[in-house]
Parts: sequence; C-alpha cells; structure tokens
Amino acid sequence: MVPDDREKIEEKVCLAVPYRIISKHGIKAVADVFGIRKEIDIRILDDVNVNDYVLVHAGFAIQKLDQEAAKTTLDLLREISEEQI
Amino acid sequence: MKNKFKDNSQLIQLLQQVDKLLTLSPFADRQCNFMEICGTHTVSILKYGFRNYFKKRINFLSGPGCPVCVTSQKDIDKVISLAQMGVRIATFGDLIKVPGSKSSLEEQMALGKEVNVVYNPLDCLKIADETDEEVVFIAVGFETTIPVIASLILDAKKLRIENLSILPLMKTIPTALNFLLTNLENEIDGFICPGHVSVIIGERPYKIIPEKYGIPCVIAGFEPVDIGLAIESLVSQIRKHTPIVDNRYKRVVKEKGNISARRLIEEVFEKTDVEWRGFGEVPASGLKLREKFSKFDAEKKFNINVKSSPEPEGCICGEVIAGKKQPVECPLFAKKCTPDTPIGPCMVSYEGACSAFYKYGEE
Ligand code: SF4
Ligand code: SF4
Repeated sequence: MVPDDREKIEEKVCLAVPYRIISKHGIKAVADVFGIRKEIDIRILDDVNVNDYVLVHAGFAIQKLDQEAAKTTLDLLREISEEQI
Repeated sequence: MKNKFKDNSQLIQLLQQVDKLLTLSPFADRQCNFMEICGTHTVSILKYGFRNYFKKRINFLSGPGCPVCVTSQKDIDKVISLAQMGVRIATFGDLIKVPGSKSSLEEQMALGKEVNVVYNPLDCLKIADETDEEVVFIAVGFETTIPVIASLILDAKKLRIENLSILPLMKTIPTALNFLLTNLENEIDGFICPGHVSVIIGERPYKIIPEKYGIPCVIAGFEPVDIGLAIESLVSQIRKHTPIVDNRYKRVVKEKGNISARRLIEEVFEKTDVEWRGFGEVPASGLKLREKFSKFDAEKKFNINVKSSPEPEGCICGEVIAGKKQPVECPLFAKKCTPDTPIGPCMVSYEGACSAFYKYGEE
C-alpha cells in the first residue's frame, strides 16, 4: 500500500492498517508508518512491545500482526501453485 | 485497470488452478455467486481485476459491507434532526454526504450547523471538554469499531463528562448474514468474510453458516494474494462438499478474536433489534447502551422523534446490499447518481459498492 492511498484509507470507518510500535506509556503508544508518527491507544491489546507490528483502526491497536503467520500465507500460496489438480 | 496481479506469477498460477477447478462439476454449467461482506473487499476485487478475470464464471455480490451504507434513511433523518436542534455533531467523514429524506449533514454544515469529523471517537472527549454545548457522536460501526466506541463511553463516565452522548447505530455482522440467508431470496454459494470485523469476533460466530446452510466461509485479508487464496478456498470447498469457516487471514485473525475487545463491548452494550437499509428490522443485530450507561444515549437525552421515510426514489441500494442486484443495474448509476452527487449511501463511501463500480468497474 502506498502512503497516499493510506491517508485516504485512514479516514474510513472500518479499515485498519499496520503500524510499528516505537514507544509505549500506559494505555498509549507511539507508532510509526512510513516515517509518520502517531499516538495510538493500546488498551485492548495485551502484551504489546516496542517493535511489534500492530493493526490500527480508528486510533486503536486492535491486533498484533503475526510475522510467522504472514510468512505462512506466502508459503501456502507457493504450495497451492505447485500442487497439481 | 485490468489485471494488476499480472506481475505476480504465483498468484497467476493459483488463479489458473481455480480456472481449472471451475471447469469441473459442479461449476461446469453455472456461475458461482460469492458475496463479499466487506466494502474494502469489494474495492480490492474490482481494483485488482478479479471481477474482470472471472467474468461469467464468478459473480461477485457486494453484501452489507459498510456501516454507512446499511444505515437506514430514518437513522440519517435522526442525525439531521439532532443537528437542527443545535447540538454539535461528531462523526466519521463518510456519513456527512449521505442524504437523508430532506437534507444531508453537509447541507446542515453549509447552513452553519456544527459538525466535527473525527477519525478516533475518543477525540469527542476533547471536543466535549472544550465546549459547553451538547456533543453527540454518531456511533455507526461494525464489530471493528464498537470496542473503540465502548472505550469512549467508559472514558466519558470516568471523566464525568456530562455534555457528551452517542446516537447508537452500531450493527453486528454474523446476525445479519444469518438473516440474509433465512429471509432474503438470494443464491449465495460462498462468503468472503470481513477481515477486520473478524479480528475482533474471531472465527466462531460464522460457524452457523456452513453448519446450518452448507455454505462455505473464508476470512480474508485485502491484498491481491489474500483475495486469490479466498477464492481458491471457496471453490475447493464447494467442489469437495466440505463447507467450513476457513481462516486465511491468520496473521491478524485469531480463532477467538480479540478477547479484551469483546469484553469491553459486553460491558457497555447489549443486543437490540435494529433497522438495516435494504433488510428492514433485523432482530438482535444491533447494540444499545446498557442501563447503567443510559445517560449517554442521545436518543433518550434529546427525545428524537422521526418517522420512517421511503428510500430515495429510484435508488436500489437495498437490493445491492442484499446481493440481489449489481450497482450497474440501477437506472440512476453514473447518470443522476455519481460520487459528487450521490443519491444513495452506496455511492457516498469510498468502499460503497456503487462508488467502487463507478471508480473501478468496466462494465
Ligand atoms: S466507506 Fe468504507 S470505511 Fe466507510 S463505512 Fe463504508 S466500508 Fe466502512
Ligand atoms: S447508483 Fe446511486 S441511486 Fe443507484 S443504487 Fe447506487 S447509490 Fe443508490
């Protein structure tokens, strides 16, 4: 996703986009995407750490992005393409 | 536009396999109807060229994928009536252009009414703090947004903010899908379930769909790869007669969803019947504030009295949302109704089906 797309999308009610956590203090954290920093609310996520990628919606981190699982998606794709019917 | 995934050779291979599967029974002599629930999926399917690629083989139906699109005309009229009472409205940007039976928020703004666009509902706390006026947040949203709205209420209570309330127009997705299958005539062969709603609710609430109706569900992300994998899953499930809820967005959707978020929703809201555009009243598909938070309910606080009003003349948004018609079948599409002059809500929002077709559709 390119940055200008992102800006448009951010205003939308139900979309969420990934950010990286830079620092945290209580239920708030500072997160970064493409060098743009922003304060987000992390109260509905347990166990958020600096450098985690989180999905942000309406100013709230709603889930951690699982890097392993992201990789699995790509592996799965590779597997399916190799599989013969 | 055309096929934007053309550089991704793996994805192309995958799609060619889906193509092969589609020539085998039970698809050989009929088109499949897949409904995407999320407006953002509608955009991806059009934008990356999937609709074009699978033309005649897969018919993509846009479901009730946008909280703005499914907000009834009557509810928009309530919002307008609040603005006319002189309260300060806070809302997500998408809602501003949606026409009610007589006016839109945008027109009210032109008339000098106070309307604040917020990205984070918690911003309403600041707005309420800086003014003595009454502030009403128009609480539209599906499960993705509802925990944030619950947090707003809890914070407002804790901070003892007296001049803030919400107009509760929230809706829940799984109940609506069940209603769609039971009460509205359509021929849906599979569902592409919304990624970010599922982040909160998890996989389980969809289970009733394969179990009761034998219809497969895939939870999907929004990149071209995700859409490709979702289509592949639906087609293979139908072919093998093994309908399940297949989670292809495991990188953010956990089986049980986000438990803390669900707890927050539970603490602040309870189920209620609500009206959906296109569906009418759907039992237990909406949320209202629990008794102990009822002073934050704008509907009670301001005694809003608005009668039902018919849909805009000629607009078929209701049928589009129910998966019965495509935007291009609307006589007003791209003629009287365009993103600059929207008649119905599906043309207003970026992810509304009509606006997505207007922007990316080639039919
Ligand atoms: S336009 Fe998009 S973001 Fe806005 S409410 Fe509709 S689906 Fe959600
Ligand atoms: S094109 Fe406009 S009038 Fe027609 S269904 Fe869509 S939003 Fe309604």
